[in-house]
Formats: sequence, structure tokens, C-alpha cells
Amino acid sequence: MIEIRDLHKYFGALHVLKGIDLDVEKGEVLSVIGASGSGKSTLLYTINGLEPVQQGRVVVDGVDVHAKGTDLNKLRQRLGMVFQQWNSFPHLTALENVALAPKIVKGKSKAEAREIAAAQLKHVGLGDKLNVYPSALSGGQQQRLAIARALAMEPEYMLFDEATSALDPELVGEVLETMRMLAEEGMTMICVTHEMGFARDVSDRVAFFHQGVMEEIGPPSQIFGDPQSEHTQKFLANAR
Amino acid sequence: MSDTVSFFSGFAPRDLLFLGEAALRTMWISALSITMGSLLGAVFGWMLYEGKWVATLTLAPVLDVFRSVPLIIQLVLFYNFAPIVGLNLDPFASGVVILTIYTAALVANVARGGIEAVEPPMRRAARSLGMSYWQDMRHVVLPIGLRAVFPAWVGVALGVMKDSALVSVLGYVELLKASQILITRTQEPFLILTIAGAFYFALSYPISRYAAKLEQRWAQ
Repeated sequence: MIEIRDLHKYFGALHVLKGIDLDVEKGEVLSVIGASGSGKSTLLYTINGLEPVQQGRVVVDGVDVHAKGTDLNKLRQRLGMVFQQWNSFPHLTALENVALAPKIVKGKSKAEAREIAAAQLKHVGLGDKLNVYPSALSGGQQQRLAIARALAMEPEYMLFDEATSALDPELVGEVLETMRMLAEEGMTMICVTHEMGFARDVSDRVAFFHQGVMEEIGPPSQIFGDPQSEHTQKFLANAR
Repeated sequence: MSDTVSFFSGFAPRDLLFLGEAALRTMWISALSITMGSLLGAVFGWMLYEGKWVATLTLAPVLDVFRSVPLIIQLVLFYNFAPIVGLNLDPFASGVVILTIYTAALVANVARGGIEAVEPPMRRAARSLGMSYWQDMRHVVLPIGLRAVFPAWVGVALGVMKDSALVSVLGYVELLKASQILITRTQEPFLILTIAGAFYFALSYPISRYAAKLEQRWAQ
């Protein structure tokens, strides 16, 4: 379970998260929507400790992420993350990309790491690309590679930071399909997304962020069917 | 029978051997200096990248001095003034020390460029997988950055190899010094400098070829 309490984040003088309170249960799929600059991506970065916070707490399975002495490298193994830019390691094949972290972070044997990697690549539909370098993969394939890379660490949670925003329109579908598959398998997911269809169909809850504040959270039927906040209404009217 | 002592004699086959030996010395002093200088330079480059103002204020100006002052001046100054502080180094050791520092000063900026070539999002992705700072450095930044600046590093290495000719002013008999000795005796500068040039080329060319091959392989 992820518990976020009164979370504040500043970039210099810029107040990007203004007191966020949020619980994410095991098995839940939460979509986070809102305009660019509303703080939704920053929220993800504070959950796995890639960004420090100035006030408040994030607790993942009882571990206070921002407490002194927290082993972030260990914690991050529980929190897979997929970014807007897929960031495949260009010097490694697809298989090596996925096998690297299990090998060096988890200390798996080379054979074991490669086995895990092959299984995860098959899982995301790249079973025929094991020995291909990322430069020979499409954006959609590279993003699925990034998902497989994160899954290879056997995380408890997956954080998606606008995973489809940098993709050509015709490649968005395959990545969303993969995310949908993970959701159906019961993965706990927090998806920052601009894909309203995905948020509506796949999520258990949808949170709307506006200027660093979580304006509204609820089941998709409520957020999309009967939004309470004026900002949510305006955002959704423009998003459609 | 002649009463005069002959100072001059023509170029003989055994002189080629003499030049060959000297070329090996050039290779040896270069390989040693380039290897140590590159390792040191990589550390300096990392310090420049990570060290914030401390490195900017202390290390950067020192490296600038070594990059800016002509190598020949550095060699002569070091060789002649090191004994004052009790460092009695022979020409070879003095040459290695200065060439190493000179290489390190050049490589430091190449290395910093290499680290900078790895975009922050790439490193965040590595860290998000649970890699530590050093795992990220070793398995992501090093291979990607190295590929990015490898051509620049090869340029530095070949430059230092040729600049090692300047160690001849200290009396170390490497390729250029050997050529000067032979020219004095044979009075055939054109022939001997051509041969020496060919030796330098023979030392550089395999390195450039090998580098080009590596780059080609990485480009896949």
C-alpha cells in the first residue's frame, strides 16, 4: 500500500505539490490526469524517491520513502517505473537491457537473469526481438521493452509517467494494450496519462490534478460522468 | 691509409634497427603516459562533473595551465626544477610524468563530456531500477559515454603519441632523438626524417584503424 500524507514539493520558489493526501491499495489501478504542469508527474517521482520532498510523507508498504536512512535502491526494486522517454540502454540488446538490473542489482546469475528477461520480453510481445538492439526497434517496441525491464525486477507497483505521450499516434495502442494486460493481471498501477479512454476503461479510480492540488478523485464513472470540480469539468471538456 | 678521423658515414642497414628500437621507446613512453593519463583524466573528468564549485575553483585552473602551456616548456621546467625539491628523475621518468599529466588534463574534459552525454532521464531510468550511483556509473554512464567521446579520446591519444617526440629535448632517445643523431652522422635529413615519419605513421595507423572498426561495431 502506498500512503501519501500532506505532501509538499517545491522546485525553488515554485510550489508544485500543495499538500497531497492519497492512498493507493494493493491491486488498484489509479489514473492521474490533469494539464501539463499540474504536478502529476512530480508526484510519481516523489513516490520512488527520485525527487526529494520538502514536507509530508510517502510510505510504501510501511517504508517512509523520504526518511533518512531509507535504502532507496532497495525500495525502488518494489516500484517499477516507465517514463515518457523509454530510455532503452542503446549499447545493450533487448535481452541485455532487461537482464541488466536483475543481474547487478538483485545478484542473479547471468543465466537466471537472461531467463527472466526472455520471459518478460515474451510477456510484452517482444519474444522475437531478444537479440535486437534498441535502435532497430520502434518507439512502441522500445516502450514495451522499458515495461519488460521494469517488470524483470518483479515490482509490487508500477508507476507510468505519460508512457504513451512521446509515441507516434499509431504506436500508442500497443503500449496501452500492454498496460491493460498488466492491470488485468492484478498489478498495482499508478498511471499518469493523457489517454482518457484508458483512464476511463482500465482504472479503478481517477485523480484529477490542477496546479499542484488533487482537485478530485473517484471512480471513472464519477470523474468522467459527473465531475464535481469546475476545473475538472473544464479540463475534460477540452480533452474530449 | 688516412690521417683524418671520419665523423660522417652514410646510412647503413643497422641504422634502421637503431630507429626501430627508438620507435619502440616512443611506443613505450606513449603507451605508459596515455594509459595512466587517461585513467587519471577520467577521475578528473568525474570530479569536474560532480565536484561542483570545489573542482571548478581548484582543479579546473590547474588543468587549464597544463593544457595551455606548450609541452616543451613543461618538460624543460619539470626536468630542470624537479631536482630542487629532491626529485631526481631521469629523462624517461620526467617525460612520463609530464606526458601523463598533460594527457590527464586533455582527457579530463573529454571524460566530463562523456558523462554529460548521458542524458539525465537515462540515468533516472537506471536509478529507478534500483541501481546505485556506482552501478549506474559503471553499467550505463561508462559504456554510453565512452562510445560518445571515443573518437575525441583517440584524437588525444594520437596527439600525445606524436607529442612524445618532445621528450627528446631531455635527451631520451626516442624516435625523433634517434633521427637527429643519425642526421648528424649521415647528413641525410631527408631520408632519415622520411623513415622516422613512416615509423610514426606505422604506430598511429593501426590505432586509427582499430578505433574506426570499434566505432563501426558500436554504431549497430
